[in-house]
Amino acid sequence: MTTPNTPLWEVFIRSRNGLAHKHVGSLHASDATMALQAARDIYTRRGEGLSIWVVPSTAITASDPAEKGMMFEPAESKIYRHPTFYEVPDEVGHM
Amino acid sequence: MYTQALNTAETDDRGLEDAAKAAQFQARIDAEERIEPNDWMPAAYRKTLTRQISQHAHSEIVGMLPEGNWITRAPTLRRKGALLAKVQDECGHGLYLYAAAETLGASREELVDAMLAGKAKYSSIFNYPTLTWADIGTIGWLVDGAAIMNQIPLCRCSYGPYARAMIRVCKEESFHQRQGYEIMVTLCRGSDEQKAMAQDALNRWWWPVLMMFGPPDAASQHSDASTRWKIKRFSNDELRQKFVDATVPQAQYLGLTIPDPGMVQDAEGHWRYSEIDWTEFKQVLAGNGPCNRDRMAARRKAHDEGAWVREAAAAYAAKRAQRQTAQAAE
Repeated sequence: MTTPNTPLWEVFIRSRNGLAHKHVGSLHASDATMALQAARDIYTRRGEGLSIWVVPSTAITASDPAEKGMMFEPAESKIYRHPTFYEVPDEVGHM
Repeated sequence: MYTQALNTAETDDRGLEDAAKAAQFQARIDAEERIEPNDWMPAAYRKTLTRQISQHAHSEIVGMLPEGNWITRAPTLRRKGALLAKVQDECGHGLYLYAAAETLGASREELVDAMLAGKAKYSSIFNYPTLTWADIGTIGWLVDGAAIMNQIPLCRCSYGPYARAMIRVCKEESFHQRQGYEIMVTLCRGSDEQKAMAQDALNRWWWPVLMMFGPPDAASQHSDASTRWKIKRFSNDELRQKFVDATVPQAQYLGLTIPDPGMVQDAEGHWRYSEIDWTEFKQVLAGNGPCNRDRMAARRKAHDEGAWVREAAAAYAAKRAQRQTAQAAE
């Protein structure tokens, strides 16, 4: 009997410093429970995290690299969105 | 994201490659940009990387065998815990690497099957036997030491998923080398018999370890394109020399003799080693090393005996999915 290819999962881990879950890699598992257990073994052998998310890779919709320009360039010309764009007199001190 | 489903490359690579795209690709490499799974890449780049990363993954997996041999016979509980953790790490490294290879479009099953069928290679070093406990120390010190030398530049490899996997691997590999060297220090400070055992292990592993860096530059067939694509940043001989220069003082500290009477230090401080026996290397790669058949037999046995687990897990997942669909329909 041939078994179907085991599904791929993406693994996200929140480290102990309280930051957001971060993508750390992927793994194969037949269901969510096994994916969580495998993620524990593969990605947290040295206390890397306090919380794990696993997401079926097929559930992720990614932006198209070919549309990088259209997607992200509009933000590049809007330097007035950054605090350093504005001048505050030195006398005012830190703001 | 590391998803095979998103890979559109198959269609890209059909037919003649667009010269403009190829030039653009090389320009990105030259600008030290990372290439990501869904980006356009030449078919040869994809093929080279799939071969290299999957070979690297197979090596990590087969590499568990020589060391696994000593887990039950480690001399103390401390050593046993460390060795067990190290072998688990090797497995983890294999899995990170398979995941990186899969982003290029191959499935895990295909990659594993190619290895089990003997169509894909793994590092020659794992075809040598671990005869004594000192071999475990020597493997950590030299085999992992050589692997680190090779893997550090790979952290800057042009292919993003491979580079990221290597960063993780390198962080973990440092423990492997240190635990190996600690075993050697302990043996060399022990009885005459223990020191002799350490020397014997070094004698047997030294030359095979130097072969790990691959054929001499003059004879290497993959280097040119790999260098241009920034997959490879240093040549085989450059890395081998760096390794020898780093290792000689470590052997001297242990009071061990490197089994190369012709080795001399040149004016620039480099240790010049004698000619390597490349016939032996070719024989081991061709499947005729001391343990090639054992290693393949062990991998096939593990794969076959695990088949029912994979089938059961798949059947269970299918049953659950079916039940959920039925419930949703009610």
